[in-house]
Amino acid sequence: MPLTREQIVKRAAQELQDGYYVNLGIGIPTLVANAIPEGVEVILQSENGILGLGPFPAEDQVDADLINAGKQTVSVLAGAAFFSSADSFAMIRAGKIDLSILGAMQVSETGDIANWMIPGAMVKGMGGAMDLVAGAKRLVVTMEHVSKKGERKLLKACTLPLTGVGCVNRIITDYAVLDVTPQGLKLVELAPSVTVEQVRELTEATLLVEGVVPEMAL
Amino acid sequence: MINKVVASAEEAVKDIKDGMTLVVGGFGLCGIPENLIEALVRRGVKGLTCVSNNAGVDDWGLGLLLQTHQVRKMVSSYVGENAEFERQFLSGELEVEFVPQGTLAERMRAGGSGIPAFFTPAGYGTQVAEGKETREFDGKHYVMERGILGDFSLVAAWKADRMGNLVFRKTARNFNPMAATAGKICIAEVEELVEVGELDPDQIHTPGVYVHRVVVAPRAKRIEQRTVRK
Repeated sequence: MPLTREQIVKRAAQELQDGYYVNLGIGIPTLVANAIPEGVEVILQSENGILGLGPFPAEDQVDADLINAGKQTVSVLAGAAFFSSADSFAMIRAGKIDLSILGAMQVSETGDIANWMIPGAMVKGMGGAMDLVAGAKRLVVTMEHVSKKGERKLLKACTLPLTGVGCVNRIITDYAVLDVTPQGLKLVELAPSVTVEQVRELTEATLLVEGVVPEMAL
Repeated sequence: MINKVVASAEEAVKDIKDGMTLVVGGFGLCGIPENLIEALVRRGVKGLTCVSNNAGVDDWGLGLLLQTHQVRKMVSSYVGENAEFERQFLSGELEVEFVPQGTLAERMRAGGSGIPAFFTPAGYGTQVAEGKETREFDGKHYVMERGILGDFSLVAAWKADRMGNLVFRKTARNFNPMAATAGKICIAEVEELVEVGELDPDQIHTPGVYVHRVVVAPRAKRIEQRTVRK
């Protein structure tokens, strides 16, 4: 059985290490903030100018001057810092952010990512995605392994306009965890009761399988 | 005596002319110079180029200037919340230059600090890099991006004094400090005017040298997505 959304979130949360500065993208990655493992302290960055992002505010604490990159009202934790957009992307570009978790429409076997534009559909803009994929020290992508129509999204080369080149380190899907290596996508973990053959069929990219692939610990 | 305070938003924008480039602060609807934008709507100048991370929503922020067809070109990173924008863009009435968000912030910062161009890794190998110079430094690829200089910058701040020193509040800071530096003339609308000496020199975000006009005007501060804890 492929993972549910909640299970993908739970698996992605295992990527967080104590002391990490982390930027979470919109969608599934945002939910990772609710699944931080016990004993792990991470500092969440929001690219509109926050380190130390907290949960949504109580009704009487809503402040129009305090939003996240998704334009939602938020709170901050003790020890937080505010800064300008230039400072925010300076820390992203310079690799000070240990980990960025983003969604994607396609990823290639060389770690190219496409997640900002579908030609022919309305183009909304890339926001901070191009800066994040180029700058974060480590980039983990969460995505569904195939599209709702069953089209493969882990490809030899992306067909959609790129967000960045050779920047993805790890992909967490509803079927598997895969690492980008110079030889192709290495199968690192399988979702419970998913087989290597299933993953092979759903993956266009070169798939590397070494020995017995462990099951995800969820 | 230096006194940069002007009486109204109308007076502050009175010499903004057709075809000018405006560098505008704000992220979403947070920290946008809403009174200056409304004054521009009333003034009716046309053919503007607006450099701003977002384009407001249909009936607020820069969306108001789109409704009245006063904008010729937007330079932005994300414009997803605006149906009128979409219509004008798809029909070819509105020109759009998409710029990665960090690149946009840095282009404003560079423009405002005497740096004509810089190299960034963002956008390398994508359509953002098309037609631009690229270079390799220490084994990594970079795209050359130009600094942005506008005719005017329009920013929103929390507090100011008559010298034009500005303090921003929480995430309403966002693009405002860079935008302030990137216009030949910077107009700041502020919530509160304080006496000279009241702002702690250690806490000033934008020194008055960058700011030419200050307008005191309350902001409605619309919230785009009100989310609360259950």
